[in-house]
Amino acid sequence: MVTAKLAVGAHYGLRDWLSQRITAVVIVLYTALLLALLVWHGGLDYPAWRATFDHPAFRIASFLFLVAVYYHAWVGVRNILMDYVKPTGVRLLLQALVICTLVGYAGWGIEILWGVRG
Amino acid sequence: MAFVPRPVVKPRPVFLDLLAIRQPIPAVVSILHRISGALLFLVGLPLALWALEASLVSPEGHARVTGAFSQPLAKLALIGLLWAYLHHLIAGVRHLLADLHIGLELASARQSAAVSLVLGIVLTIAIGARLW
Repeated sequence: MVTAKLAVGAHYGLRDWLSQRITAVVIVLYTALLLALLVWHGGLDYPAWRATFDHPAFRIASFLFLVAVYYHAWVGVRNILMDYVKPTGVRLLLQALVICTLVGYAGWGIEILWGVRG
Repeated sequence: MAFVPRPVVKPRPVFLDLLAIRQPIPAVVSILHRISGALLFLVGLPLALWALEASLVSPEGHARVTGAFSQPLAKLALIGLLWAYLHHLIAGVRHLLADLHIGLELASARQSAAVSLVLGIVLTIAIGARLW
């Protein structure tokens, strides 16, 4: 016998669960790449550091990493807020603040990677 | 849709004395995953962006970052953030393995939780000692 299923929720659960994992893999891969490049270029001094980020492909990879971090942070922080902040208005306000902060960080990241450097 | 509150038959016992509850080790790793994630968002991310910008813009900026990060208190904070990153990463990989149905048995879940906890701390000490 088929019974009607009561569908509740906003239906973003699976998508965000999956996004959290895909972005996590991107973050792990970039971390390994950065470590390998630092070893390759020989450390953290200015010429080596600059040389690492001078490669256009690495700047693209860094941008990809930052976007992954922002999305990952959004899902995680939203989960924390949903767990602990019960008043809907306060939670909405905090979530909006988090989104604004992360979008702002996205702009900052672009400026760092492509903007401020001569 | 309709939310039908079920009548409470009898009050459930509630024990939430966080200092008295002795959590099993997977729960400890789990809450530390959350705490380290919050730390990374609140402190790690803005600090990393600031440091990245300053350190790339000029040799002087790079010297400013290395100078600021060589203060003893700053080093302690950096090592704290290093732990947060490593613990979050390792506990996260453990989550990914669990999603692949690896280590789901109680014994292996406890074992991998202990390994995650110890590995995060050991790597933090090893890398922290080199940076110090």
